[in-house]
Amino acid sequence: MKILILGAGQVGSTVAESLVSEANDITVVDSDSDKLRQLQDRLDLRTLTGNAAHPSVLEQAGIADADMLLAVTQSDEVNLVACKLAATLYNTPTRIARIRATDYLERPEVFSAGNFCVNFSICPEQILTEYIVKLIEFPEALQVLEFAGGKASLVAVRAFEGGPLVGNPLNFLRSHMPQVETRVAAIFRKDRPLIPEGNTMIEDGDEIFFIAATDNIRSVLSEMRRMDKPTKRVMIVGGGNIGRRLAKALERDYQVKLIEYNKKSCEKLAGELAKTLVLNGDGTDEKLMQQEHVDEVDVFCALTNDDENNIMSALLAKQGGARKVIALINRSAYVGLVQGGKIDIALSPAQVTIGSLLAYVRQGDVAAVHSLRRGAAEALELVAHGDRQSSRVVGRRIDEVDLPKGATIGAIVRGDQVIMGHHDTLIEAEDHVIVFVINRQMVKKVEKLFQVSIGFF
Amino acid sequence: MERTLTVIHALGLMLVVFSVAYLLPVVTAVIYADNTVLLDFLLAMICTLAIGFLMWLLTRRSKGELSIRHGYLLVVAMWTAMPMFATLPLLLAIPGLSFTDAYFETMSGMTTTGATVLTGLDNLPPAINVWRHELNWVGGMGIIVLAVAILPLLGIGGRQLFKAETPGPMKDTALTPRITETARNLWLVYLGITIACILSLKAAGMNWLDAICHAFAAMGLGGFSTHDASIGYFNSPAIEAVLIVFMLIAAMNFSTHFLAWRKKSLSLYLRDVEGLATVAVTLASCVGIGTFLWWQGTYPSFWTALRHASFNLVSLATDCGFASADFNQWPIFAPMWMLFLSCVVASSGSTGGGIKMVRTMILFKQAGREFVKLLHPAAVNPMKIGGQVIPNSVVFAVLGFIFLYFMSVATLTFLLLISGLDFISAFSAIIACINNAGPGLGVVGPASNFGVLTDFQTWVCTFAMLVGRLEIFTVLILFTPHFWRR
Repeated sequence: MKILILGAGQVGSTVAESLVSEANDITVVDSDSDKLRQLQDRLDLRTLTGNAAHPSVLEQAGIADADMLLAVTQSDEVNLVACKLAATLYNTPTRIARIRATDYLERPEVFSAGNFCVNFSICPEQILTEYIVKLIEFPEALQVLEFAGGKASLVAVRAFEGGPLVGNPLNFLRSHMPQVETRVAAIFRKDRPLIPEGNTMIEDGDEIFFIAATDNIRSVLSEMRRMDKPTKRVMIVGGGNIGRRLAKALERDYQVKLIEYNKKSCEKLAGELAKTLVLNGDGTDEKLMQQEHVDEVDVFCALTNDDENNIMSALLAKQGGARKVIALINRSAYVGLVQGGKIDIALSPAQVTIGSLLAYVRQGDVAAVHSLRRGAAEALELVAHGDRQSSRVVGRRIDEVDLPKGATIGAIVRGDQVIMGHHDTLIEAEDHVIVFVINRQMVKKVEKLFQVSIGFF
Repeated sequence: MERTLTVIHALGLMLVVFSVAYLLPVVTAVIYADNTVLLDFLLAMICTLAIGFLMWLLTRRSKGELSIRHGYLLVVAMWTAMPMFATLPLLLAIPGLSFTDAYFETMSGMTTTGATVLTGLDNLPPAINVWRHELNWVGGMGIIVLAVAILPLLGIGGRQLFKAETPGPMKDTALTPRITETARNLWLVYLGITIACILSLKAAGMNWLDAICHAFAAMGLGGFSTHDASIGYFNSPAIEAVLIVFMLIAAMNFSTHFLAWRKKSLSLYLRDVEGLATVAVTLASCVGIGTFLWWQGTYPSFWTALRHASFNLVSLATDCGFASADFNQWPIFAPMWMLFLSCVVASSGSTGGGIKMVRTMILFKQAGREFVKLLHPAAVNPMKIGGQVIPNSVVFAVLGFIFLYFMSVATLTFLLLISGLDFISAFSAIIACINNAGPGLGVVGPASNFGVLTDFQTWVCTFAMLVGRLEIFTVLILFTPHFWRR
């Protein structure tokens, strides 16, 4: 596919990196030639320096035959204009824009065909905030991912010695809690992913990925490990885009303290936020943390722009007694370094965003794509189209489907119903099928499997 | 010198406009076929008109923009001069009335205090009563607001006057971008509600004269009455209920009333945190004091206690000044609480007095902020009222105001004490006058009036009324050397 990416910032470059490995023609446009040079040195793509909203620049970048436009520059307005031009002048089939301002996001008419012609708008800050809110809602979880519009959820928990899981085989779960519908999608043990079989024994320290209907998550978690006290106190370091949104989203239901270094930003934040206590100080100042009772904090989030600061303040907070610490880490090299250590959750904003973005890029009818922790697996949500003749999936039992080795079907969402994937479950048309693959290379094979043959249309 | 002439020019014009106010009692005198009084009013009207016109004419060449400093001078001049001219009919129509007493009466009328030195109100010529009550009504919205709507047409700037006159700490929140629009709109709302009040009182059982007079006094939160016994004369729960409603309405910010009327939505009242606080505190106190009076046995039945407590409490808390019972006889906690409320409850932008509810809220919140600062030294915690951030400069201004208010009350009380008045009477008289509430306690209680004071004491109270109505700073600034330095 020919893809034009506008903006070589964090989102732009991470997306480019993901897509380039899947045999797509990528061109990246940015006004900063240094950023482009760094990208060009690493990846096999074309770059162009210029203003992304100018028609001549777009033409030079090859918009005339582009299949998809990804407008992810720093400016909402540039993104909107580029999409409008792509639609009206060049008929680009798919146009995705990154939008930050809540003012635009609250009015979907802005993106309609009569206005700026944006097929799909993403707000990475919003996606990230919602993700963190979910993590806070389920303090036991290490990762929470939603599928099928929120009907099914995938949750990661760590098994610990003395809990109901360790020392038992997986099929013990079914007999232990027959009334709860859940399935283990993957297990991550000592830095290696495992595709679980019925007789896999669970060990201390394993990270286990469950899939269940979202309504059942609470009961699944309570069976898996002792229920932690619900979250009451949240401390956030960094009052930027994400920190501010998070505080606003949380302050009604939790006691939130927000630490921000810049005095002027503090004043602005204090004016906007209703119940959050805004503190002016350094997130890596352990004295400030002690003063503000970090030892009573349930969830500590380090969300500044600086990876190193986030890591340090998260570590200090954990040392100081915070129950769970989350750190925002942009550099993927650091993510691997930090995860599994004292920091409970290392969030890579690009990874979280890309899940929804990539779904658009893939062929077949892929509704969602998420990477599990540390690349333990990829979870895909595909829609099964067609009928028994035209599709290799519809009308067959799960054990009849010719899945590549290392891929498993976790669950099926049919309408509002979430059905766990047992070997004899039948797949019907328009089912949302959730598939787990052990590595990214298999994704294409699975996509191909779900494609309908020409005869269907 | 040039600028002072501009002040005189504006003052002259104001007096000319003010003379129009005499028309209402003139019409009343004609209706009641009271020729002597008619002549008195006509004389007063011509006098005011002539002097005002002369002042205006002689300073014709001094038209120009007023500086802030002269804005203040003009306001104080207006509030001292107009009551002076307003005494003319009283001096002419009431034999034996001293200027001291007449000036107290008209100042009480225009500052909407409602304390009276006159006895035999029931027997006064109707035109005189209408005049007294009209002063309440006009004083209520501030002649200044009217002037701001008219003076700009003649090239005299309005913004400085508005700053000096409007009550409340946040003086720069304008309803409509142009100040004349704002003033005119507020007057229309005021007029509209007054008419509703008149009709309601008539329906509740008053005659037209009483309904008009008491509606004027209620909307201006003045508290004058056509009867010595005030509202106690009617002994009617219906009338008391109507008045409670309108007093509460008048004690809320008129901008809120205007916006609610323009947007045709009641939800705006819910967003006016100050108004909500005014009503909530008042109603809660009514129940509290009612229960207290019943418990103390002042009234045999709970409902009677509640009725009398509510009316008198709302009247004093909103700084109106009507009375339906002699609360001087109640256990001292009740009237003291009522006087305390008269200091803090009325909203800014209303016709009430006291320090205004928004300042009260700011003070409480500031205390809260101090506590937060002690516990969380790194906290950034701006003052917020109704979701809006209030800058520290406003908070400081409020703290300064409170200090001056307190010192004014203390100094003036001491002056009364020196002159021989007893403590309860002295303290309550000053509180009642500086808050423009009306009746005090002791010898100036609701069963009595301010006529019993000596001339010196009367002047002290007159000064207190002026200082209170113009929010302390406006008057006291004239006494600072800074003001007069070039």
